[in-house]
Amino acid sequence: MIKLNSPHDLEILRESIVSKRDPNRTCVTVCSGTGCLAYGSHDIFREFRLEIEKQRLGEEVDLRRTGCHGFCGRGPLIVIFPEKICYLGAQKEDVADIVSKTIVDKELVDRLLYKDFETGEQITRIDDIPFYKYQKRILLDNNALIDPEKIDDYIAIGGYSAIAKVLFEWNRDDLIKEIKEANLRGRGGGGFPMGVKWETTRNVPVDPKYVIVNADEGDPGAYMDRSLLEGNPHCVLEGLIIGAYAVGSQEGFIYVRDEYPLALENTKIAIETAREYGLLGENILGSGFDFEITIHRGAGAFVSGESSALMNAVEGRVGEPRPKYIHTSVKGLWDRPTCLNNVETWANVPFIVNKGADWFKSIGTENSKGTKIFSLVGKINNTGLVEVPMGTTLREIVYHIGGGIPNAKKFKAVQTGGPSGGVLPEDMLDIPVDFDALTEAGSMMGSGGMIVMDENTCMVDTARYYIEFLAHESCGKCIPCREGLRQMLRILNSITRGVGKEGDIELLEELGEMMQEASLCALGKTAPNPVLSTIRHFRDEYEAHINEARCPAGVCKELIIYHINPEDCLRCGLCEKNCPTNAISKDEDEVYVINQESCIKCGSCMSVCPEKANAIVVENAFRPPFANDLPKTDVAATTIYST
Amino acid sequence: MKTIELVIDGKKVQAEEGATILEVARENGIYIPTLCHDDQLQPAGTCRMCMVEISNNGRKKLVASCVYEVEENLVVKTDSEKIRKIRRMIVELLWPTVPALAKEFGVDKSRFVPEHTECCLCGLCVRYCAEVKKLNAVYFKGRGIDREIAFVPELADECVYCRECFNLCVGGLIVNQCGSVYS
Ligand SMILES: Cc1cc2nc3c(=O)[nH]c(=O)nc-3n(C[C@H](O)[C@H](O)[C@H](O)COP(=O)(O)O)c2cc1C
Ligand code: SF4
Ligand code: SF4
Ligand code: FES
Repeated sequence: MIKLNSPHDLEILRESIVSKRDPNRTCVTVCSGTGCLAYGSHDIFREFRLEIEKQRLGEEVDLRRTGCHGFCGRGPLIVIFPEKICYLGAQKEDVADIVSKTIVDKELVDRLLYKDFETGEQITRIDDIPFYKYQKRILLDNNALIDPEKIDDYIAIGGYSAIAKVLFEWNRDDLIKEIKEANLRGRGGGGFPMGVKWETTRNVPVDPKYVIVNADEGDPGAYMDRSLLEGNPHCVLEGLIIGAYAVGSQEGFIYVRDEYPLALENTKIAIETAREYGLLGENILGSGFDFEITIHRGAGAFVSGESSALMNAVEGRVGEPRPKYIHTSVKGLWDRPTCLNNVETWANVPFIVNKGADWFKSIGTENSKGTKIFSLVGKINNTGLVEVPMGTTLREIVYHIGGGIPNAKKFKAVQTGGPSGGVLPEDMLDIPVDFDALTEAGSMMGSGGMIVMDENTCMVDTARYYIEFLAHESCGKCIPCREGLRQMLRILNSITRGVGKEGDIELLEELGEMMQEASLCALGKTAPNPVLSTIRHFRDEYEAHINEARCPAGVCKELIIYHINPEDCLRCGLCEKNCPTNAISKDEDEVYVINQESCIKCGSCMSVCPEKANAIVVENAFRPPFANDLPKTDVAATTIYST
Repeated sequence: MKTIELVIDGKKVQAEEGATILEVARENGIYIPTLCHDDQLQPAGTCRMCMVEISNNGRKKLVASCVYEVEENLVVKTDSEKIRKIRRMIVELLWPTVPALAKEFGVDKSRFVPEHTECCLCGLCVRYCAEVKKLNAVYFKGRGIDREIAFVPELADECVYCRECFNLCVGGLIVNQCGSVYS
């Protein structure tokens, strides 16, 4: 590889790469994000290579492995350029068909096209699929265009030109001013303005200074940072190098959780190839600016993602938050000024440099600019990564992009902000998603987790689930967080078992307020959110559990029984075969019945009962959780729901 | 060293730059309750009993006074309804492991079911052993609500002779456990 010694060298290289590429040439891209790889996209890629060779099309067709496209629920994804034909859920066996039909004969393979849920209409182009149509994919779009292992692909789409611009045309003050002007706020949780952080770090008269990428991403179910690092690592590197130049740092770290092997691998390759081109290391692009990056593999504790805990971990200590009130931008890694930002925040930087603060500010709301990536999961038709302008309403995300709730169920709530975020009910679906509106509504932006819940979700159980997670993921160092979570979990456990007491709701609220005020770090300060927000919006569910030992959603095991409706039962015996505790048998009338004493409420019978029968019903029945009390099956049974 | 002026509970006081609110308050005879603090040890900021209200340029917030360093023109309130509520709640959460504080705050029962009866996890023993004794014979094991105090078995023999952290122990666990480890 040649070393690039000036912006001119970079431009020449880019032109030579682009000149060898014909934009009208057919290019098959196979998504190789973690989701699609799990669905077998690696085999599909290999099959394409063989098939293209077999049909002697190597001269006319390019084949490319790319990063995550985001529509992970429908993978593996194949997009064929220049028409942008999108095939979903293809298998190895489909490859020959795609090559002969679509590539050679220019015909579509109908069975692999997207079909609209309601109209059944087929959609050919990726951009026309509603999941994509309503998004604004600034950061994610490039994932679909480049092979993350090939730096040339990134350079071909204008990559690293932002570095050339800041190193040779701007001074540091211009750069910081531009980022401040853009009002880019941190995507990792707090929403702190990046430019202000840069300025603080830069102005501390202490050297050396450090810059860090936070790719700990500990929220269960969230994977936007992983997809960016896996799919377009150079963009994050470019942002980091620009930030390093702005604050005057020569050493940077990328803290990646160990559970992300592909992100680690692609980042490593990106660092090596950038160094070979002279875009990293000594004398970057001949500018005299030196900068090195080290990857730090994180052990993956949720709390290690907190800024000061992360710095402790990089220093080789226990990854627990520091109690000091001094900002890490002043005294961070090894007590030196350190600028730490989230993956997505860094990835925005090259775009702002290239297109300007005014362009960036034209997207979003008054105080939240640009786009935000969410990982949309749960009870939703289209799961995947969604990038939208700040200010998009939850309703647009859930219904237009997400395609609504599956199985004709009703929407109940959406949880945003990760484990310590809050839930928002139906009547809040029209709030614009931005930092301030979500906080005001009792939830938060967090790093962008978004979990949709349908009517069969118990909100007390949901709160209990998050509190249990946090109770084990807190570092346990400060009393409000550790003891507060311990007692919250005890109380929620008793409520979901039907032995909650009057006054429990008020006690949870009092405890939650204390934790928000007194905890040492943001984990403890935000940990009560799941409880406080569910109480705020679904207080009646708490009351039903406490006052009537009833779970309105029919979820809490101690409060329900499964029952077979003899009139609907087809006598097929599937439930009997699938019951793990042999609790189901025939009675003298040949009807299947559940022995409530051995039933463990696993729900297996309900999931195997044929749709045309739907004979299994869930009924309220409070069963005292302690001692050997027999179930009170004589409670007036009211059906909550059937399959 | 630069001298800093601030106001604590209405009293104008002077302090050296880098001192914490707690240190300055104590020098001036102003009481702030603490649990995890000990003059021999680095402040840990973990019990949150020492929370005080500060305001600077009109903005109010609650901070742990044992780790917050004084600032020019800071106005500190060491007691208020809100602060008392937090402290009482902390004592209630630690019930029954902190008898002295319980008495001080008039807490004679708790609305919570305690899971620890001998240890409030203040960490004084751990920090004393690490910072003063430089032995690291006791340590925190586990994370979150699973956190507990544990001995390094190879070093526990020493504890029997040392016993220096015993009089720091609030809950009594160290005293009781050390006996059982030895036997
Ligand atoms: C418990 C906890 C976990 C966190 N985990 C992450 C994380 O996984 N990734 C991240 O970028 N920020 C995380 N944060 C936020 C960081 O502390 C920090 O604010 C952020 O990385 C700063 O970058 P930003 O300004 O670009 O968002 C976490 C915070 C807390 C309190
Ligand atoms: S708030 Fe929780 S996670 Fe943060 S320091 Fe306290 S115990 Fe640790
Ligand atoms: S054993 Fe004693 S000194 Fe050690 S943490 Fe527990 S209460 Fe504190
Ligand atoms: S004395 Fe424990 S937090 Fe300050």
